[in-house]
Amino acid sequence: MFTRSFCRFSKYLQKPVNRNVCKNRKLHISTALCATHSSGRYEDKPEFPGSRSHFIHKLEFINPDDTEGIPVYRVMNRKGEIIEQSEDPQLDKDTVIKMYHDMTLLNTMDKILYESQRQGRISFYMTNFGEEGTHIGSAAALSPKDMVFGQYREAGVLMWRGFTLDQFMDQCYGNCNDHGEGKQMPVHYGSKELNFVTISSTLATQMPQASGAAYALKRKGKDRCVICYFGEGAASEGDAHAAFNFAATLECPIIFFCRNNGYAISTPTKDQYRGDGIASRGTGYGMYTMRVDGNDVFATYNATSAARDICVKECRPVLIEAMTYRLGHHSTSDDSSAYRSVDEAAYWDKQDTPIARLRYFMISKGWWDETMEKEWKKESKQMVMETFARSEARKKPNPELLFTDVYKNMPWHIAKQQQQMKQHVTNYAEHYPIDSHEKWKD
Amino acid sequence: MAALAGKLVRSVKVLNNFGRGTACHRLLFARNAHFTYVPDTPLEEYGDTSRMNLFQSVNSAMDVALGEDPSAVVFGEDVAFGGVFRCSIGLKDKYGADRVFNTPLSEQGIVAFGIGLAVAGATAIAEIQFADYIFPAFDQITNEAAKFRYRTGNLFDCGKLTVRTPCGAVGHGALYHSQSPEAFFSHIAGIKVVMPRGPIQAKGLLLSCIKEEDPCIFFEPKILYRAAIEEVPTGDYTVPLGKAEIVIEGSDVTMVGYGTQVHVLREVATMAQEKLNVSCEVIDLRTLLPYDLETILTSVIKTGRMIITHEAPQTMGYAAEIATAVQEECFLNLEAPIQRVCGYDTPFAHVYEPFYMPDKWRLFEAVKKVVNF
Repeated sequence: MFTRSFCRFSKYLQKPVNRNVCKNRKLHISTALCATHSSGRYEDKPEFPGSRSHFIHKLEFINPDDTEGIPVYRVMNRKGEIIEQSEDPQLDKDTVIKMYHDMTLLNTMDKILYESQRQGRISFYMTNFGEEGTHIGSAAALSPKDMVFGQYREAGVLMWRGFTLDQFMDQCYGNCNDHGEGKQMPVHYGSKELNFVTISSTLATQMPQASGAAYALKRKGKDRCVICYFGEGAASEGDAHAAFNFAATLECPIIFFCRNNGYAISTPTKDQYRGDGIASRGTGYGMYTMRVDGNDVFATYNATSAARDICVKECRPVLIEAMTYRLGHHSTSDDSSAYRSVDEAAYWDKQDTPIARLRYFMISKGWWDETMEKEWKKESKQMVMETFARSEARKKPNPELLFTDVYKNMPWHIAKQQQQMKQHVTNYAEHYPIDSHEKWKD
Repeated sequence: MAALAGKLVRSVKVLNNFGRGTACHRLLFARNAHFTYVPDTPLEEYGDTSRMNLFQSVNSAMDVALGEDPSAVVFGEDVAFGGVFRCSIGLKDKYGADRVFNTPLSEQGIVAFGIGLAVAGATAIAEIQFADYIFPAFDQITNEAAKFRYRTGNLFDCGKLTVRTPCGAVGHGALYHSQSPEAFFSHIAGIKVVMPRGPIQAKGLLLSCIKEEDPCIFFEPKILYRAAIEEVPTGDYTVPLGKAEIVIEGSDVTMVGYGTQVHVLREVATMAQEKLNVSCEVIDLRTLLPYDLETILTSVIKTGRMIITHEAPQTMGYAAEIATAVQEECFLNLEAPIQRVCGYDTPFAHVYEPFYMPDKWRLFEAVKKVVNF
């Protein structure tokens, strides 16, 4: 207001009376701030350090309901037909078949491990039903050197990178072959060689960590980026806000990949947020943003590929929101029929899954047929069953490992407790499951 | 928060700007002086020295770390211009804006960002402006940083992360510029918790934390930033983690503390000698997790009496662990109940600070109690 009054007066600076007005008001603002508008009116621009914009003279709230939602990018329709030929990523046959193999193998593993939990053979499981396309499409667009930070429903990314069925199942069983030494719950996978940072249960904590890792990669300058996966529910955590803001202000080469599958356990998105999903937040943080059809593996591939280019070339973060639907229950501890209709889930299962869509595409190309489908189903099921039996037969790790890796080197008090445990268990051996574990050396 | 921090910085500056000997300075200083700083002498093997206060020695440690390790970065709120306590002054100009930089105002973001840097192989030196504001990052510290190596089966770790944060009473910091939250962190398996008592210790311990392959929380007693001045080695040296130091040898009572309280204990030891003819052994714990129980036990076996002190509130405070561990190991050596002289179980209030503090008179009384039991 003051600035504006001053500018009005400054027009008449030649006139002594107005100069006095200015003096009396003690306004020492440079006349350079007052630009002459082309219309001849005197205009000024806001000089506030906090934003770049112009003044308006009518009171007007920005109404989020005035704008249509951010559109969903799609390459092929539900029948696997490419809509815009120029958007076809033109992936070769082998790549597409690997995409299909990995999505379906993950699907088969999910079914068997889900059942094994129902039978009490593993303690917990989370399926990936309906979201296989987001995993494979994005993973295929990355370099294997790119670091992955995930939430827990991204096993397909590991599958794409070469995590073996044994590795998946050894982790779920927490047996002596598990690289995580049986310390975490099932589906908390990790792999150093595959640059997949080990999953933890705490939601969204990986997000600002991923920004930090991206900053480190940028400083190393080796053409690498980070991808960070999270669900739309996790995006409500404070850590998500920190992650976006840090990545933008510190110019981190990171792709934030949101799996918006409609639910966070039982909570539908209408209870999760009131804006236009997660994507609408991206530009608020100053990030490149797009929304993609998560059931379209090619759209996901294209979006991730383009995002990776931006990260590596411009050192800026990108937000991708992949719209999808969580076909399965949240986890084995959840019965989703308690909060959503069976019909709703059935619709997505029948009408729009990433696996079916890619299969249509492959059939149209002549790369796939019924016989191949049958054979692959049989083969993949057999592989999973064989691995499952191997993992189940393996012993659990030596109980001593309960105490390792708390620190790089074991401090005295933990070493003392380790000895106490061993002594105690030796004295009361019949009360502990020592036979299912490997023996400790003594 | 930023506004409050700003106010405190200004008041610290004002305090410092008054020259020694002026009436105003004495007045302010008298209000803050619950301890008398006694400079340490650096070990000769550490090399050339220069006169530094605690903030300068912290600065020197980070200078060494940034100079030696090209992956090392220093970041936090307001660190780029030198930090609200001047700890990072000059470092941005020397090492570049990509290595010493401001972050958005978000503690959970700062610690998490540091974890990510460390996971990707960089040395991360994060600053939380006041220990009072570390709690938004509690989840990242306890659930993530501390458990990273363990839960990944050593596939990944964030051992290269150090979180520095100013802590403790400052005379007028009230509820949110005075806290000593070390006990919360000492309950977390997987991190190391460290608090120095002066500039030599600060630089050596901080460099140990930075080089340590476990995540460390480094609490800097902010009242010592300007008040503690001594000859500090200018080069690279480390003070080992997990090792306590016997600051004063004695035979009648073992007194254990850390941070600023070590100076209070020093004075109490002198008072006890002069007024009660009691010989006190003063131990500076230096590392709170994992801590050096052996040095304490050796001392208590000799003296048979123990007093533990900290500024933080008593109930479930750090002293409880020490007292229990000593009781378990030295039951037959103890000739009096172990005394805890701590802050009261209240928030840290503004005008009541002189009554709240576990000062030399409360400690002197505790000495009388253990020797007369």
